[in-house]
Amino acid sequence: MAQYVALTYTADVDWSDPEHAEAMREYSRFGAEHRNVIRGGAPLYPTSTATTVRVVGARGGDVVTADGPYAETKEALTGFYLIEAADLDEAVRVAAEIPAAWNGAVEVRPVIELGG
Amino acid sequence: MSEPHHALAEIVRAEGTRIVATLARTLGDLQSAEDAMQEAAVRALREWPRTGVPESPRAWLIVTARRAAIDRIRRESARAGKERAGMELILPGDLPDTVVRDDQLRLIFTCCHPALSLPAQVTLTLRVLCGLDLPQIAAVLLTTESAVAKRLTRTRGKIARARIPYRVPSDEELPQRLAAVCAVIHASYTAAHSRLGGDTVRDPGATREAVRLARLVQAAMPDEVMPAAVLALILLTEARTPARLDEHGDPVILAEQDRTRWDRGLIAEGLRLLDRSLRRSGGVADPYQLQAAIAAEHARAADYRDTDWAEIVRLYDLLLSVRPDDAARIARAVAVAEAHGPAAGLSALDAMPRGPVTHRWQAVRAELLARDGHLTEAADGMRRALTPDVNAAERRYRERRIALWEQS
Repeated sequence: MAQYVALTYTADVDWSDPEHAEAMREYSRFGAEHRNVIRGGAPLYPTSTATTVRVVGARGGDVVTADGPYAETKEALTGFYLIEAADLDEAVRVAAEIPAAWNGAVEVRPVIELGG
Repeated sequence: MSEPHHALAEIVRAEGTRIVATLARTLGDLQSAEDAMQEAAVRALREWPRTGVPESPRAWLIVTARRAAIDRIRRESARAGKERAGMELILPGDLPDTVVRDDQLRLIFTCCHPALSLPAQVTLTLRVLCGLDLPQIAAVLLTTESAVAKRLTRTRGKIARARIPYRVPSDEELPQRLAAVCAVIHASYTAAHSRLGGDTVRDPGATREAVRLARLVQAAMPDEVMPAAVLALILLTEARTPARLDEHGDPVILAEQDRTRWDRGLIAEGLRLLDRSLRRSGGVADPYQLQAAIAAEHARAADYRDTDWAEIVRLYDLLLSVRPDDAARIARAVAVAEAHGPAAGLSALDAMPRGPVTHRWQAVRAELLARDGHLTEAADGMRRALTPDVNAAERRYRERRIALWEQS
């Protein structure tokens, strides 16, 4: 079996807002129907919560963070990691170790935790 | 606003900015902390005029804010259908100054976090740490109240959702993070100070709060070079405030300020801080130290004509070598004109890297042309400096200059 990542593109909305409850139910329905093939996934908070991390030069260089999503078109999306961290500082520290941080950029976006 | 009411509002604002930091830590959420503090402030301003100011305003505000926070949490859990049994906020009735200071410091690093944009950091700092309201922030940042409100909501949302921590950074992170804090404090002060006067801002509250913040960070980290330099720069600038506006609230240029009205106490404190900061940095000066050193040269001169302009040119050259920007280049050209005559100043202005021509550049060039005897050219140039982004006080001043040059 091969694996695929399915990236979703929609309006830049806050899924945690109750006004999107109906849309979220549709996603849950999709999730339930395809339970046997889904290995993971999560809704993300809107791009206003994103932080773009870059490392100057090479590994271990100065870490430069910027408010907002990765907004250039030079580079392409080439991979992703799901990271567990206590807070944004910890997440940024990990992101700054990803080679893409000095070869391009790493966008760090908080995941909406469902349930609970 | 009546005088007693204004005094009460001042106590509430001053204590409020301190308490909100502790509330944010206990509640784990800035928005809830600010909401609770807001409710407590409203109640204080309603009740204190009747009951008198309580013996400890801080304790009163804490107890009231805590009650407001608990009520809100109960309401929200009831609405969400969740029980948060045994939910009690651990908040003492009164707080020692050391706890307040540590909490404020944590909140400063949160508000000045590098994952937030500089405008977001400055806006949040003015709101949360300086306790300014939306109309004041809009006036200081030259924007609208709705834009301020929108930016604050977005910024608080990011702090909560991306989990920007409430923490003083570790030693290895500190230099970079402290630089961000200093940049925000300086930007907040500069924004507030430069809008003061004319018909923009008459309330000095914003500058006072920025000074308080600069003092707080410097006192908390007395061994660090940068906070001392920023505070020195701010105090040396602040010292000139009594002479900076005329009776109509219009700005008075440095050459014409009554130096006897400068605050000698602030100057002495600023000079002392600058001296200590320079000794600690071992000869390598940062932009704040250099700007403070320039302000110190002006402060030391008894009269505009006694100013050591050659030294000021030298300091601007150093400043431009570490942080090149047009404001410093223009100020350097003025110093060159004072040291070597208007023609030399004009050459310095014309030698600036070609960028978009600003009204400030036009206005300074016109002044130097006038001093060099080219009055018609000067008046023409000054007319070009009357662009729509010039504030009313500055516009009046420039119009007076044009009239003067056209008469002679």
